[in-house]
Amino acid sequence: MARVAIIGVGQSKFVRGYPGSIRELAFEAYREAVQDAKITSKDIDASIICSAPEYDKQRSPAGVIAEYLGLTPQPTFYLETVCSSSSSGLKVAYSMVKAGLHDAVCVLGFQKMSEISSAESQERMGRGADIQWESPFGTMMPAYYALHARAHMEKYGTTEDDLALIRVKAATYGQINDRAVYQKPVTLEMFKNPQDNMAGPVASPLRVGDCCANADGSSCIIIASEAKAKAVCKKPVWIMGVGAASTAVNMAGRDIFSGLTVAMEASATAYKMAGVSSKDIDVAEVHDCFTIAEMMAYENLGFAKPGEGKDLIRAKETYKEGSIPVNVDGGLLSKGHPIGATGGSQIRTIVLQLRGEAGPMQVNDPEIGLVHNIGGVGLYGNVTILGRD
Amino acid sequence: MAKQEIDDRFKKFGTVSFTAISKVNEFISFLEKGKVMATKCKKCGMSFFPPRADCCDCLSSDMDWVEVTGDGTLLTFSKLQYGPVGFEGDLPYIIALAQYKDVKVFGRMSKELPDSDIKIGMKVKALPVKHSNGQISYEFKKA
Repeated sequence: MARVAIIGVGQSKFVRGYPGSIRELAFEAYREAVQDAKITSKDIDASIICSAPEYDKQRSPAGVIAEYLGLTPQPTFYLETVCSSSSSGLKVAYSMVKAGLHDAVCVLGFQKMSEISSAESQERMGRGADIQWESPFGTMMPAYYALHARAHMEKYGTTEDDLALIRVKAATYGQINDRAVYQKPVTLEMFKNPQDNMAGPVASPLRVGDCCANADGSSCIIIASEAKAKAVCKKPVWIMGVGAASTAVNMAGRDIFSGLTVAMEASATAYKMAGVSSKDIDVAEVHDCFTIAEMMAYENLGFAKPGEGKDLIRAKETYKEGSIPVNVDGGLLSKGHPIGATGGSQIRTIVLQLRGEAGPMQVNDPEIGLVHNIGGVGLYGNVTILGRD
Repeated sequence: MAKQEIDDRFKKFGTVSFTAISKVNEFISFLEKGKVMATKCKKCGMSFFPPRADCCDCLSSDMDWVEVTGDGTLLTFSKLQYGPVGFEGDLPYIIALAQYKDVKVFGRMSKELPDSDIKIGMKVKALPVKHSNGQISYEFKKA
């Protein structure tokens, strides 16, 4: 069976308050990906544009952005699974190439969260979950992940310090990622000082330092058929496995709160398709919108047994030099989380790692990498496994 | 022909409701009568909370209303220091999830309970509560 490769990756710097429009923001990542792939817009047969629509003033952004990128008259469409939109885009693009419909497809993720005012943003946050049955109680994203953190702590003895250690790790790498919005160091002592911003309560047991920040940004992934990839690309990165799952949006419809079932199911699918196990993964990007999300990812992806995620971070096994480096680009906690762009940014990081082009963030000679990208509070989950020749 | 009256009872649910019209509007009238209700499929017997008008298991829309009775067990909770627009006046408040016999219920803890009393595993009752602005909801009290 012919394979499908990633031939070009790009990402804008993630910033607060991007000084341009959404099409201009999208262009930044697109140009880098096309130049990386050493192709032109004419080589791309179709595009998938990904974002979370509640932040966009533009209705149906796909056509507007595709035209600005020079991707007309090729087909384009819009795809959304909130925070996992662009990894969902990659899965759909993969199936389009695999089916033989197209030779090369561009997956463009973007979000200009500052497109709307902070009051409008607050109002939208209240509608981030089940608007009929949960939003009337005043729910927010951090509070939903806090419910999981509380359950994890109760069941496994995980501590607030364990969660803070994940932020400390993220900041270690955020400082060496020039695309990250947060590039300052974070220490455990900051979480212990009630005067420090990091220690400020948000939704117990989560504090300011446990939460990622909003940002504006874009990402772009260009994929191609095996024949096309071999013709244009010196270092193709192969898509080995794609897994996706969904679950009940309402917490009352779920059975597990110490983990995310979508990550368990999507990873099982992706591992099986790729013919590998968690032990074969050399470097991973996981969806750390909150520190507890990374903790659960360790366990849901099989890097640690349930309840033993805390041992991984305490032993620094997820640092660059550890047995399974995770988020050594700073993760969402440092990079910021421009919803529609996040998955593509994670994929870019793993592609650069597998090519040996990750600069100061490079881990030692990885062959297989994994991307875990979650939409909503574990409502959607995508796991993608990538490998090199 | 007389103008048909719109049944928008659901706009009364919670501090701020984002839904006005639902096939389970009767849930609001039950709250006003002091009852927190679930639905149960007459055909296959599946129970639903939050209440559903349609059964995803057997595709029937023939439902019974059944009261959420007995004590629930607190599964998890979180105290919010920030809230969305429209909820500022309620802060801080605690959201929680409780397991009942056939269903789980998501809601808020009663503000009457001191924080130190709230623990995973505690027994709770879900009871209707009227807000000062005329809205209606339910909250968990210590059983």
